[in-house]
Amino acid sequence: MTRKTLMMTAAALAVSTGAAMAEGEVVGFSQIGSESGWRAAETTLTRQQAEERGIQLQFSDAQQRQENQIAAIRSFIAQGVDAILLAPVVATGWDSVLQEAQEAEIPVVLLDRQVDSADDLYLTAVGSDLVHEGEVAGQWLVDEVAGEECRVVELQGTTGSSPAIDRKTGFENAIEGHDNIEIVRSQTGDFTRAQGKEVMESFLQAENGGQDICALYAHNDDMAVGAIQAIKEAGLKPGEDILIVSIDAVPDIFQAMAAGEANATVELTPNMAGPAFDALAAYWADGTMPEKFIQTESKLYTQADDPQGEYDRRKDLGY
Amino acid sequence: MTLLTRIAPQLIALAALIALVSLFFPGFLAVDVSGGRLVGPVIDVLKRGAPVALLAVGMTLVIATRGIDLSVGAIMAICGAAAALSISSGLGLVPALLVALAAGAVAGLWNGVLVAVVGIQPFVATLILMTMGRGVAQLITEGRILTFSDPGFAWLGSGVLLGLPVPTWIWILTAAAVGLAVRRTALGLLIESVGVNRRASALAGVNATLLLIAVYVLSGLCAALAGIVETADIRGADANNAGLWLELDAILAVVIGGNSLMGGRFSIVASILGALIIQTIGTGILLAGFPSEYNLVIKAALVLIILVLQSPRIAAEWNLWRESHRVQPRERRRT
Repeated sequence: MTRKTLMMTAAALAVSTGAAMAEGEVVGFSQIGSESGWRAAETTLTRQQAEERGIQLQFSDAQQRQENQIAAIRSFIAQGVDAILLAPVVATGWDSVLQEAQEAEIPVVLLDRQVDSADDLYLTAVGSDLVHEGEVAGQWLVDEVAGEECRVVELQGTTGSSPAIDRKTGFENAIEGHDNIEIVRSQTGDFTRAQGKEVMESFLQAENGGQDICALYAHNDDMAVGAIQAIKEAGLKPGEDILIVSIDAVPDIFQAMAAGEANATVELTPNMAGPAFDALAAYWADGTMPEKFIQTESKLYTQADDPQGEYDRRKDLGY
Repeated sequence: MTLLTRIAPQLIALAALIALVSLFFPGFLAVDVSGGRLVGPVIDVLKRGAPVALLAVGMTLVIATRGIDLSVGAIMAICGAAAALSISSGLGLVPALLVALAAGAVAGLWNGVLVAVVGIQPFVATLILMTMGRGVAQLITEGRILTFSDPGFAWLGSGVLLGLPVPTWIWILTAAAVGLAVRRTALGLLIESVGVNRRASALAGVNATLLLIAVYVLSGLCAALAGIVETADIRGADANNAGLWLELDAILAVVIGGNSLMGGRFSIVASILGALIIQTIGTGILLAGFPSEYNLVIKAALVLIILVLQSPRIAAEWNLWRESHRVQPRERRRT
């Protein structure tokens, strides 16, 4: 019964998309854990994507431990799965287990994070380009202010973390050459709401009660949500008096956008599995080798993109 | 008078710090009135310092018994999550607050029983809850940031009463209530005696076990209040980050307040000043606009300077040096 439904779904999808479908293929997925809402959403979407394509997903939660992931991959190999998805918890120490998968002729696709092994040991890696995310956010601001003077305050992620460094670099790349836009204050908000709010309060104090601030760039949505509260409590209108652009596209920022209190967010999509399954389908069908890095789209959402609808679509993904 | 002598080093440190911050941010002491509320960096310090000040009240008493409570940050996360869950499931403000306070009391009771009845070292006993507590909080919030929109609850974190932020009132009233309870009765003396020598106190008729448990329960209650304030402030319970590392700031506040980690005599007022010193450093760094890589280094350097200046040995050396300079001429006359 279940298989019949799956086959029918798969067939229906095959007709609708016209692509070569992998019916009844078995894919093992070794997930890091569920340390953040984003990762929970990634797990949910991976299950959804597998179901839509009629792929049978073997899920293994590693609870932040590499040895659990290696054990899971070995068990996937022993079961003889058709492919393995791996969201690696660390970058090093994967050579031997990836070698074993290669010898068993099982393609491995990396999700979201990279490994330090030779790139012929895996089929491809799907991920987001963090610098590009910063560039998209910066470009939005450049277009939005259209040449007018704009003093920007920046809420950085955790000092020294790669998302903080790359998202800062990307934003600076985008505003380079636009002398009307200037980052006047930049401080870490540790990616948290509480810190985002506290640091924004100090920005407002330091910049003439916020009168001198034209825009806020936050390295993630949570800090932006905290900062929005600080701006409101200072008697200003977030989204109007101070433009707000951030990155991640979590549900709560869409709520703020729907209320007109945030202006734009750049999506770090939790749907890494979709592109991975597409690459695998092509590989299974006729051995097509994908590129070694598949970059997911860093989509920009503004108040014009139905924020309430986006919120409703995301709120049950486990964020 | 004696109180003033006791807290003089902390007051001097705070004044010097304010002067230093004013060099980098001239408007630090400026306070405006805007829409019936006071606005200014000093008010921010009084508001943002609330969680550490609240934790420091409980921590002072725990440390006075020669104990330590490493779990207060995790208890904040648990109580914040419990309050947010109760509010968002429609329980109403007062019941939600009672649930959060009860959670803090139970957590404190757990610590107290492990320390006083089972006899585990306080460091290890509270380390257990520090490790486990954040997991408990994540179970309550299911790993997401649990948001709510109850205006009454949010008022506790970002509201204003008589011009001052509500969190400021909460820590002032808590510190005053606990301070009066321990100093207007014999309670403070009994706590000190248990900290100096538990067995001797027990032989002298002090119920040391009950007193120890009570102190940890009070610390749990203070952590619950801190968790309520922080959760209300951001209108959401963030189990991963609420109160993270704040136990260390609270211990630091107690130490800057000149209280000995070996137990015995204590001063809650001095600990509160310690918390305000820590918050002044934090707010000052943010206002001065240094790159964020310097935050922790500057904070550590300032704390080091303050502690060195307060060190009894340095003070003794200084007195010795001063005495020797004063005594010498007199001795010369005698010979």
